[in-house]
Amino acid sequence: MSRRLETGGLFIDRNAPMGFTFDGKDRGGFGGDTLASALLACGQLVMGRSFKYHRQRGPVSCGAEEPNALVGLGEGGLFEPNARATITPLTEGLRAISQNRWPSLAFDIGAVNAKLSKFLPAGFYYKTFLWPRAFWKHVYEPAIRRSAGLGKPPSQPDADRYEQVNTAADVLIAGGGVAGLAAAMEAGRNGARVILMEQGPRWGGRALIDAPLTGETIDGQPAADWIEMAVDTLETMPNVTMRLHTQVSGVFDHGFALAEERCADAGPAPVRARLWRIRARRIVTAQGAIERPLAFAGNDVPGVMLAGAVRDYAVGYGVAVGERVVVVTAGDDGYRTAIALVEAGLAVPALLDVRRGATGPLVERAQALGIRIEEGRGIAHVSGGQSVTGVSICAQDGPGEVIEEIACDAVAMSGGWSPAVHLWSQAGGKLTWDEGAAMFRPDHARPPTGADGSGFVLPAGGSDGAASTEDALRSGAEAGRLAAEGGVPADLAPPQAAPMPQVWVMPRDAGLALREKMWLDFQNDVKVSDVELAAREGYRSVEHAKRYTTLGMATDQGKLSNIGGLATLGHALGEAIPQVGTTTFRPPWTPIILGSIAGSATGAQFQPVRRTPMQDWHDANGADYEPVGQWRRPYSYPREGEDREAAAQRETRAVREAVGLLDASTLGKIVVKGPDAGRFMDMIYTNMMSNLAVGRCRYGLICNDSGFLMDDGVVARLSEDTWLCHTTTGGAEHIHAHMEEWLQTEWWDWQVYTANLTEQFAQVVVAGPQARKLLDRLGGMDVSREAMPFMSWAEGSLHGFDARVFRISFSGEVSYEVSVRASEGAELWQALLEEGEDLGVTPYGTEAMHILRAEKGYVMIGEESDGTITPQDLNLGWAVSKKKADFIGKRGLTRSHLADPERPRLVGLRSLDGTVIEAGAQVVGPGVTPTGQNATEGRVTSSYHSPTFGHGIAMALIRRGPERLGETVEVTRIGGGRQKAVLVDPVLYDAKGDRLNG
Amino acid sequence: MQGARQRPPGRRIGKGPGLQRYSVFALARQARRHHLGWQRAWRDAQPKRAYDVVIVGAGGHGLATAYYLGKNHGITNVAILEKGWLGGGNTGRNTTIIRSNYLQDASAALYEKSRSLYETLSQELNYNVMYSPRGVMMLAQTEGEVRGYRRTAHANSLQGVATEFIGPERVKQLCPIIETKGPRYPVLGALWQPRGGTARHDAVAWGYARACSDMGMDIIQRCEVTGISSENGHVTGVETTRGSIATRKLALVTAGHSSVLAEMAGFRLPIESLPLQALVSEPIKPCMDVVVMANTVHGYMSQSDKGEMVIGGGTDGYNAYTQRGSFHHIEETVRALVETFPIISRLKMLRQWGGIVDMTGDRSPILSTTPVGGIFVNCGWGTGGFKAIPGSGWAMADLLARGAPGPIAGPFGLERFREGRMIDESVAAGVAH
Repeated sequence: MSRRLETGGLFIDRNAPMGFTFDGKDRGGFGGDTLASALLACGQLVMGRSFKYHRQRGPVSCGAEEPNALVGLGEGGLFEPNARATITPLTEGLRAISQNRWPSLAFDIGAVNAKLSKFLPAGFYYKTFLWPRAFWKHVYEPAIRRSAGLGKPPSQPDADRYEQVNTAADVLIAGGGVAGLAAAMEAGRNGARVILMEQGPRWGGRALIDAPLTGETIDGQPAADWIEMAVDTLETMPNVTMRLHTQVSGVFDHGFALAEERCADAGPAPVRARLWRIRARRIVTAQGAIERPLAFAGNDVPGVMLAGAVRDYAVGYGVAVGERVVVVTAGDDGYRTAIALVEAGLAVPALLDVRRGATGPLVERAQALGIRIEEGRGIAHVSGGQSVTGVSICAQDGPGEVIEEIACDAVAMSGGWSPAVHLWSQAGGKLTWDEGAAMFRPDHARPPTGADGSGFVLPAGGSDGAASTEDALRSGAEAGRLAAEGGVPADLAPPQAAPMPQVWVMPRDAGLALREKMWLDFQNDVKVSDVELAAREGYRSVEHAKRYTTLGMATDQGKLSNIGGLATLGHALGEAIPQVGTTTFRPPWTPIILGSIAGSATGAQFQPVRRTPMQDWHDANGADYEPVGQWRRPYSYPREGEDREAAAQRETRAVREAVGLLDASTLGKIVVKGPDAGRFMDMIYTNMMSNLAVGRCRYGLICNDSGFLMDDGVVARLSEDTWLCHTTTGGAEHIHAHMEEWLQTEWWDWQVYTANLTEQFAQVVVAGPQARKLLDRLGGMDVSREAMPFMSWAEGSLHGFDARVFRISFSGEVSYEVSVRASEGAELWQALLEEGEDLGVTPYGTEAMHILRAEKGYVMIGEESDGTITPQDLNLGWAVSKKKADFIGKRGLTRSHLADPERPRLVGLRSLDGTVIEAGAQVVGPGVTPTGQNATEGRVTSSYHSPTFGHGIAMALIRRGPERLGETVEVTRIGGGRQKAVLVDPVLYDAKGDRLNG
Repeated sequence: MQGARQRPPGRRIGKGPGLQRYSVFALARQARRHHLGWQRAWRDAQPKRAYDVVIVGAGGHGLATAYYLGKNHGITNVAILEKGWLGGGNTGRNTTIIRSNYLQDASAALYEKSRSLYETLSQELNYNVMYSPRGVMMLAQTEGEVRGYRRTAHANSLQGVATEFIGPERVKQLCPIIETKGPRYPVLGALWQPRGGTARHDAVAWGYARACSDMGMDIIQRCEVTGISSENGHVTGVETTRGSIATRKLALVTAGHSSVLAEMAGFRLPIESLPLQALVSEPIKPCMDVVVMANTVHGYMSQSDKGEMVIGGGTDGYNAYTQRGSFHHIEETVRALVETFPIISRLKMLRQWGGIVDMTGDRSPILSTTPVGGIFVNCGWGTGGFKAIPGSGWAMADLLARGAPGPIAGPFGLERFREGRMIDESVAAGVAH
């Protein structure tokens, strides 16, 4: 049973006891513990259940690569599922719960899957659950979903906050071990702006624990002293930024890197995590290496751990994972663990070294300590269920005949180390297989390349294959120096790697009965036999095998399992590992919080709300808003006892009978200016704009190059070389972008300047029979019929405001649009309300605007048009110039389908019973389509109840519509049934224009 | 077709002498033998010198095309060439959404055909593709979207596609983790297709591959096409990294690389290739039973059977062939989904990846003859090809077998760009597919 040692523990503070709970039980640990070390210290070895078979799982590692010890943390709005206990800092009062078990961790119904495992090999679900068909959705899938998943979903919105930082650096260094520190010192001394980030809570990496075990020194100093010196030195450098608890999680094209800082891991913090977005000229990856498990039968029993983790718990946290620990190793690393355990007073009944004749200081040290070393030996199988009770040892070269059984309560395994090549690979760096060291390492000749085509990532230390502290130091310093100079990885000498025999299966010739018990992926329960099955069934590509078996798809993303899986697949296929290749490394390095990706842009801050100068008045006067782009426009202003629709009806009547005010500030206002502005306007608009007289306005259409209508609006000519283009609210930005795209890519030599002034002006529509009287009362400008006829504009001082007044109409009434400085919009609005009070002035919203324009037969972009509609479809052919040599869309409009007389065209539609037809309803056509659908011959584009006429009115696009006035058609109804309607002229109100021109 | 090996259409997979049939009983039998008796799902074929039909691209669309050539038209002397591994392109990279709630008649016909084939695909292929008709909802968060989706519901009612427009209360009931009253874009309703859903993407490719192989077709992986030869305006064969292969009928079904293949054949396609990214969270227990698409905020999400939240968004803003994109897009997508589903904020992103999507001007696919006789293209699926795999294969097989498009493929010919007969779905939805 695991326990706390009496002494020792570099990382813990025995004077800082901390209480926490696990599955509701009170536990204790020390400051500096991780949740995993504290649980082990309490004798709690089993921390989770595996994904597929629900087998009991103890931690296998001591770091971010942990696949087993995943727990739920916290409660309510602070609950986090799937936290790695091995990197969760212990805090006072921490509440942790185990996952993927029901009803309890010790007794889990789902463990029945393990009993059935022989029926549930890789991919079994592709071969069954086929009948009866309906059972998949209703029986099989729900059962599979309940059994799968790991942690519980959070039940409440996140109570924490997140923030984001943008920064740049000459050199970003990922990993604060000896290599990373050396790189930072070298780059920092060379004057580079350096950012050094370390995922863990302390600097120094593995050297803190490993160097003292072998008496290794750094620059002649004990490792801890050198690390302290390095950190002190770096802290004095103003050009070096250092962050602990921060993982560099992704490297993207062109030197963009992503890092997540877990602020709350360092203690109470105003934000839980901070996402760093870094533009770096060079990136040094110094994340070290990941120890590999060995594949032997029973290697998933709780208590079987990576050798490095076993000594980290012992030396770093003062925790014994067992009293008697058998060490099994393919290289030197197991010796370090054996030595550490014996020095901590624990028993190592045997060290099984698969090699023969291993020598060196570690071997000698182990021999000197009297450790029993068995050469050429491996583990045939592990005994035990909830924890290890013993191992049976065998010759590695053979089928696994048991030589001896050794009682023990833990196993430390080391299959060698794999460089952490993730960041190197994410942005396209290639790997090379080092046969002697049995590992993939970065190929310095094929790095990820930046914008200038040169490699921008430099690997260092263990990430580059370094085997010793000394080599890590040298390679780190070299990478730091090169990075500061802007050098490339091809100039960087790869460090020496330790020779390593290739031990993928233990024993080498293990039979099927053993291979069915050798785990490769501990979380997803993928065994050697599963990968072999995939190969047998033809899933021979490494990606097929991965996806078929789910190997490497667990939350550790194959950090522990990939290489063993590749080797197993290669063996089964008779191919060498480099031929098998690797799966693709993708960001992030370890999972990052979605909340930190969202940052502070949530809730009300999700997107900016654009506000008009009159928005405060709308807020105060009960506006019912609708979102239009990033604006919120009043839909209507309901009064006491009114709903939004009733309010819109009242507002419509007010405009027809008295005078209404509409906040039109959101409409796009784009100024086009310059010597070539006239010919530019003629290209952008379908009709002629260059011949518009100064002081006049003209309605214009903009098509895309396909000939489809994009936007409409009134253009005013402000001066000889200046036009003001009004666009729809939603169109302002993209019409401006459209203009700029053509200017910048096609007509870059034209002297034209465009500016989007939408937010610089407030604009108010004053519409209705009393509109002129109201403006007269404001005073200062002559707005008479004679001085300002329809489609003209004037500049002047209106009631003391510098104003442009446009006599244009979207309602069919006498109507003026008054434009003033944005800063004066609220005052103008107020003045209009005050002066117009006895005239019945009424603010109206977008719905009344829609009803008014529909009564008048005016089209609305986005209602009558949808990106597939031509001007001719909307009976607006008169606004398409036949004289102009060219305009955007001219050629498109000549295409056969756009010129087809059978196209649906705009008409009015009135239901026979006077009710409101559903907007979007389809006009039912005769017969069926070639694919058997009911044919349609058009659709209802907009539909309202008209207070002016007292019945429903609608506009529709119907095949040959204008030729069929008076004809009755059928339109669809949601929920079934049809409605009869008659085709009418779309202009219902004031067809002669007397009121408009009055 | 001369030399074609004919077989009766509609034979059940695994009933022949060659192929093992999958079932729970077969699993039990194999369990006694430690699963040593399972045969290969598909043969690893060597290229022959000539085939009646050569299909370039062993993704879902290419394999489905081959399958329906055999099943519906009795043409089995077919090679499917793949430069990497089968199903390794967008088939294995997408977010697996299946729906047919399209606005335009031509699209609805194609995608509903496809969806209906998915309903029985597992049984037909004797391979569980895990079609899960859990329901797809597309949220309306502006008045414009409400109108757009109501219009789609009306159109679907005539097209025979079962959809309805539902209110925010029903949205919340179907998917309790949605925040319907968000401060910025409250949910106003949704277009709901109860028989839309998801399927296991790899299994679709594998199931078709197994069936094709069973029919005697050759799936040739690690075989890159390097040239296309023709004589007198008609195709004669392809050059590959594994030698020359002669054929009189060639189908190019290579998604993001269609333009590259078309260039080899000597014509151009109106296609742009863009990176599209997706991501998954770590797995959690079931909390979301439907697929949700939110176009105003721009993101979509479902929960896989493994428990991961599967998340997608829009394409990157630049053309590229690298299967990775910029992080900024991931940020926008995650932001949108955290806003829509606040509880996911404390989940963690496990993995992000990208695929290359082939976009046409109207965001609808191309199923077409080409300027070169005997060459046919199937491409332009953009961001929404997975759902179309069976229907696309069905229509493409028809096109190949008859040399002219049938009623489903008809509207999707290349000539539509010349004629202006666009099939534009962006009309109803911001995220086109």
